[in-house]
Amino acid sequence: MSNTPSSGHAPMRTALGRVRGLGSARSGTDHFFKQRVTGLANLVLMIAFIGIVICLAGASYATTRAILGNPFVAVIMLLTLLSVTTHMRIGMQVVIEDYVHSEALKVLLIVANTFFSIAIALAGAFAVLKISLGG
Amino acid sequence: MADSPQRIDRPLSPHLQIYRPLFTMMMSIVHRITGVGLYFGTAILVWWLLAAATSPSAFESFRAVAGSPIGLIVLFGYTWALLHHALGGVRHFIWDFIHGFGPKERILLAKATLAGSVALTVILWVVGLVVKG
Repeated sequence: MSNTPSSGHAPMRTALGRVRGLGSARSGTDHFFKQRVTGLANLVLMIAFIGIVICLAGASYATTRAILGNPFVAVIMLLTLLSVTTHMRIGMQVVIEDYVHSEALKVLLIVANTFFSIAIALAGAFAVLKISLGG
Repeated sequence: MADSPQRIDRPLSPHLQIYRPLFTMMMSIVHRITGVGLYFGTAILVWWLLAAATSPSAFESFRAVAGSPIGLIVLFGYTWALLHHALGGVRHFIWDFIHGFGPKERILLAKATLAGSVALTVILWVVGLVVKG
């Protein structure tokens, strides 16, 4: 990697300053820290989530929609979806990186992991919003 | 390298072919397995939400599957996996702050995780069944 950016100017930061703390993956402790922040969020959200699920266990279509449509419940569900899908995406990436040693398959699975996590997040969020905003 | 110093037996990362099974190691493996299970289990959550957003018949299809014996067993397992992974996360938080690494503490923490997850799962299902009536 060249030290000179495409503009031709010498970089403000030294080579050491740019890589310090970033390691070979160029992302430093980003995943490590995010995993703990979302883990903490999951723990708090899970308590509310379990309460919601117990209230809705075996509930009818109308009751389920009425409770999921409550703004407070909907926001809890959206926050849970955001935090959980971020956490599970990082977690699965670690598992893939640990056990899949073929470079092509590893990249393919990490991309599939990204697709699955984002699809889960968006599908869940869309369903909650559709119920909440009346449709 | 003939003159390299004699190999020191340093602790290794838990590794199935190198370490004999230890309790904390098994708990670490189970933490990862429950994490992977929860990952795919999110599809059940999204199916439920999408069914409720789609139509009464879509919702009835979900209810029929979730309320079947196999559905209930999967949901019971999912509850345990969620609680086990959550309590395992708390244990890792404690370790992140450099507490509980003593030989007795780490075993106690691992046992508390296991006992707590099983007890909480049973309690939640009893409460759930009572609420449902």
